[in-house]
Amino acid sequence: MGLDRKVGFTAGLKYQGGGPMLAWILHRISGLGMLFFVGLHVLASFFTQQFGSDWAIAVNTIYESFWFQTLVIFFVLFHALNGLRIIILDLRPELLQYQREAIWLQWAVFIPLYGLTVFLIIRLGLSGG
Amino acid sequence: MRGKVVQPGFNFEYLMWIFTRISGLAMIILALIGLIAAFSYGARNQMDIGALMRWTFFPNPNHVVSSNIPDLEPNWANAFWQVMQMLMAVFGVTHAANGLRVVVEDYLRPSFWQPFIRGLIFLLWLFLLIVAIYVILAS
Repeated sequence: MGLDRKVGFTAGLKYQGGGPMLAWILHRISGLGMLFFVGLHVLASFFTQQFGSDWAIAVNTIYESFWFQTLVIFFVLFHALNGLRIIILDLRPELLQYQREAIWLQWAVFIPLYGLTVFLIIRLGLSGG
Repeated sequence: MRGKVVQPGFNFEYLMWIFTRISGLAMIILALIGLIAAFSYGARNQMDIGALMRWTFFPNPNHVVSSNIPDLEPNWANAFWQVMQMLMAVFGVTHAANGLRVVVEDYLRPSFWQPFIRGLIFLLWLFLLIVAIYVILAS
């Protein structure tokens, strides 16, 4: 919580954290991204439902486009799987020594699931679905 | 202190740490229930992923009116799915507001402004919760 780290921005960029750091950064970015677009989407749903506003329909049109869905499904799937890994390792701390293997396992689940989903999204999107 | 297990204090940070884990698991389970229901009600025919996600996370008749699932009224417009949506809204908004607080406070040391930032995030939490529950009850 607000520690005085005395680490500069460029020094932070040079830090070689590997897999766990990538998972941490992606968890943070995907969480903030979901907060941003789900929050906007709740507002857009409210304005569509009550007033049929143009801007709300425009927001939902962006959300329904297939290129945006590929990003959203990445955020949702990654955040869910990474969160599940964090919960399991928190409940069984003796497994923490296998954290890097757990992250490899997580990617091994994520990549086929996400790849198949993106294939379906793009196929449906290009065929005008 | 040797041989003693240090008990965590029952404070705000500890409560939110537990809540984040429980709500995360709960949202995964709620989403799986919604996904299975959407498939069993007919989402397997010609549905794009966005529509499927709208059915999975927020099965609101108003929210999903553009998707082509038949029999919207008998299957989805009832109290059970309204309760499921409210659970999803409460867990999701609270999990997200707490996550935002953790990320923001990671980059700011405690200062004069901290209570104001916490107050702003609290207002955002309350606002999104009220709007989401209004959308559920008004549809």
